[in-house]
Amino acid sequence: MAKLNVNGQVVEVQAEDDTPLLWALREQLGLTGTKYGCGIAQCGACTVHVDGVAARACAMPVSAFDETQRIVTIEGLSPDASHPIQQAWLALDVPQCGFCQPGMIMAAAALLAATPRPTEAQIREEVTNICRCGTFNRVIAGIQRAAGPATAG
Amino acid sequence: MNAISRPGNPSRRHLLASASAALGAFTLGFRIPLPGEAAAQTGAPASAPAAAPTSAEVNAWVVVKPDDTIVIRIARSEMGQGTLTGLAQLVAEELECDWAKVTTEYPTPGQNLARGRVWGNMSTGGSRGIRESQDYVRKGGAAARMMLVQAAANAWSVPAGECRAAASIVTHMPSGRTTTFGRVAEAAGRLPVPTDVPLKNPADWKVAGQPVLRLDTAAKLNGSQVYGMDLQLPGMLNAAIHACPVFGGKVRSVDSAAAEAMPGVKRVLRVGDNAVAVVADTWWRAKTALDAVNITWDEGEHAAASSAGFAEVLRSALDAPQAAVGNRAGDAAAAIAAAPRKVEAVYSYPHQNHACMEVMNATAVWTPERCEVWTPTQNGEAAHAVAAEASGLPPARCEVHKFHLGGGFGRRAAVHDWVRQAVEIAKQMPGTPVKLVWTREEDMLQGRFHPITMCRMTAGLGAQGNLAGLHMRLAGQSIIAGMFPQNIRDGRDPLVFQGLNASSNEADIGYTIPNLLIDHAMRNPHVPPGFWRGVNLNQNTIYLECFLDELAHAAGKDPLEFRRALMANHPKHLAVLNAVAERAGWGTPAAPVDGQPVFRGLSQTHGFGSYVAACAEVSVSEAGVLKIHRIVAATDPGHAVNPQQIAAQVEGSFVYGLSAALYGECTVKDGRIEQTNFDSYQVLRMDEMPKVETIVLPTGGFWGGVGEPTIAVAAPAVLNAIFAATGKRVRDLPLKNTSLRRT
Ligand code: FES
Ligand code: FES
Repeated sequence: MAKLNVNGQVVEVQAEDDTPLLWALREQLGLTGTKYGCGIAQCGACTVHVDGVAARACAMPVSAFDETQRIVTIEGLSPDASHPIQQAWLALDVPQCGFCQPGMIMAAAALLAATPRPTEAQIREEVTNICRCGTFNRVIAGIQRAAGPATAG
Repeated sequence: MNAISRPGNPSRRHLLASASAALGAFTLGFRIPLPGEAAAQTGAPASAPAAAPTSAEVNAWVVVKPDDTIVIRIARSEMGQGTLTGLAQLVAEELECDWAKVTTEYPTPGQNLARGRVWGNMSTGGSRGIRESQDYVRKGGAAARMMLVQAAANAWSVPAGECRAAASIVTHMPSGRTTTFGRVAEAAGRLPVPTDVPLKNPADWKVAGQPVLRLDTAAKLNGSQVYGMDLQLPGMLNAAIHACPVFGGKVRSVDSAAAEAMPGVKRVLRVGDNAVAVVADTWWRAKTALDAVNITWDEGEHAAASSAGFAEVLRSALDAPQAAVGNRAGDAAAAIAAAPRKVEAVYSYPHQNHACMEVMNATAVWTPERCEVWTPTQNGEAAHAVAAEASGLPPARCEVHKFHLGGGFGRRAAVHDWVRQAVEIAKQMPGTPVKLVWTREEDMLQGRFHPITMCRMTAGLGAQGNLAGLHMRLAGQSIIAGMFPQNIRDGRDPLVFQGLNASSNEADIGYTIPNLLIDHAMRNPHVPPGFWRGVNLNQNTIYLECFLDELAHAAGKDPLEFRRALMANHPKHLAVLNAVAERAGWGTPAAPVDGQPVFRGLSQTHGFGSYVAACAEVSVSEAGVLKIHRIVAATDPGHAVNPQQIAAQVEGSFVYGLSAALYGECTVKDGRIEQTNFDSYQVLRMDEMPKVETIVLPTGGFWGGVGEPTIAVAAPAVLNAIFAATGKRVRDLPLKNTSLRRT
């Protein structure tokens, strides 16, 4: 059993200690926006924020958490999908199948939180999520749009 | 555009509602009273017609709600390629409805069966989603408009010819009276469906042909989009599965004592003759317990098979006397023998996994009376047929509910092995819904792989460096032989000649070569092949376009000029090639990037009905570090239904095609695939993604697909640019196996 602080609420989850956070979110808490893609921290489909930093939930057991760490999932990123990343994604039609996009959006939002005006090179380096549909160029454009007009190169 | 508040398709609420409604039919103790349930319990199809009583079905394609919301039914599957939006645009164009009020829904395969296939073919592959159904969906929209106008005219007792529809409003032109689609929809639905339905000239399109935003984005931004693997049903259990990693192998024995004692585990089951599943309360517990099951395999006759062995078989087929002819002109052998100069090269292309982001999954519930399945599929009808077969029930007692797919790429198109497994599991637990989700590892090992091929290119160059004769010998695997062996006649699979046909309007060679022979010696390793986005166009375009580049250099000619000399009879192929050459600045040096000189490579092809070309710009450092900086791509799909979605498909095609070119390879050792996850099966990521400039050049008069053809030009354009940069010819894919270091 673990106590998690998810999207602003402290909840208890009934799961073995070694259960990855990903599966506790999806199966115990019904937060299925966070996706399973690889289970080995390779693809980023399971990206959530832990204390504001992007983290891959498939590779962290629930036992590593207590209620002091603030976990935010795609469902909790903004109450009405109004986060600048979400708005930019909507304007540019970023998603294709969309399956990687919760993780992509969480990675992009964490990048902007840490680096409000990332260069294109920083974006390419920091967002390492896999998208098999191939939305990368629109992801880059979306992050730049969300960051505001002043970003360069 | 107010898309964020638009109801997504299918939203979590909608899906759960329809899932519960369908389950109501089983009277399994779930009591969720919903419209349609009463009908379901009396034996009508469990998924009652999607239109609730308050909505009016005008015809099969169009439902109008009293608030003027337009529901357009989409029979094909949405897997990211934008077909859902494109088809809706085509219906809306003829319907003359308010685009801002358009939503969509999937009719089910069971409904299609019950209504005499009123929605036609549901299969979504071969880049056919739009081009194959554009005519009848536009007619569906036009017929619905005619019925709505007629209903309004009847209400006013005026001739329909005096009324016009626009933006979901019918206006009686002489009097100026108006009504809305929502008000007349019910009456319209009672009118006969017109048979003579003229369509607009595409030149007059207002919604189709426009770069409108997709209809399915909002739910993909906040986690509310429900994919197959996200489905939750009351009382549902979860299953993880492990099938014999050697294709053709079977389960010999199972020791499940330890697993059965683990928390949450309900059952350990045999599935078919080759797999073991654990069913538990949660998937993570099922997966953890599965790891504790001791399975002994009977690996069967392929236990020692290896990629090295396959390569040997294919290489010897390059000389085989027996081969099926795909394209022949003149006498290639004689022309090559007589030519002053002979050029020869052997190429190869490996097995690859689709690696959809969403792993294979299906939820099934079975009772002796009914079987119901929820799954992401590119072909609802094929999934339905598999569900019926596996359930032992007649098709009319089965139903399949589709989701937006988390990627398809051909893996979810033809075979539905995971659906069969899910039903076989559910059948062993009557009345309990069970969701089967593969691990990524299972998904990698149990793929339907890009066919493995080799090719020997042999050419004779004339005295002026002209191409006098060409023999293209393909050797290797046939997808059709693997999937539909009954369709193979005399060892000939016509699909292996994709992009090389003389004239098919589908996938034709873009060059006139006076003496030409293209033939295929079929060799089928035991690894099951599948339709892999781009299919056989992928390797055929590499073989032809890279070798033409080799010939141009052997002849001392510019690769563009060398091609142009062969393309006089192929103006559409030539037009896209010229478009990329011009935009990229072919013939003028590219500007260096970070001190590295930049080189270009070209490629063009025709596939899935569309003409495509690419020009790649790359640099390769002395140490052999490849950077792909920019790609200019052109597509002529005939009619362009949504140019910005075509651009999205072109951009995505380079990710898929360059992943294949750089990294894509599934090797076989001891009969099984060696790559098990994204650590050993690398794919392109953002740091390596080139800029892509897309030119959409719709010349009209035909309908080509856009989801696949561009993949084929990605690798050869880059390989030709690498040669320009390094003088190295890479003929064996993927590139990761070849060093580009120059010292
Ligand atoms: S599922 Fe966690 S990184 Fe892939
Ligand atoms: S949008 Fe499909 S995997 Fe990224």
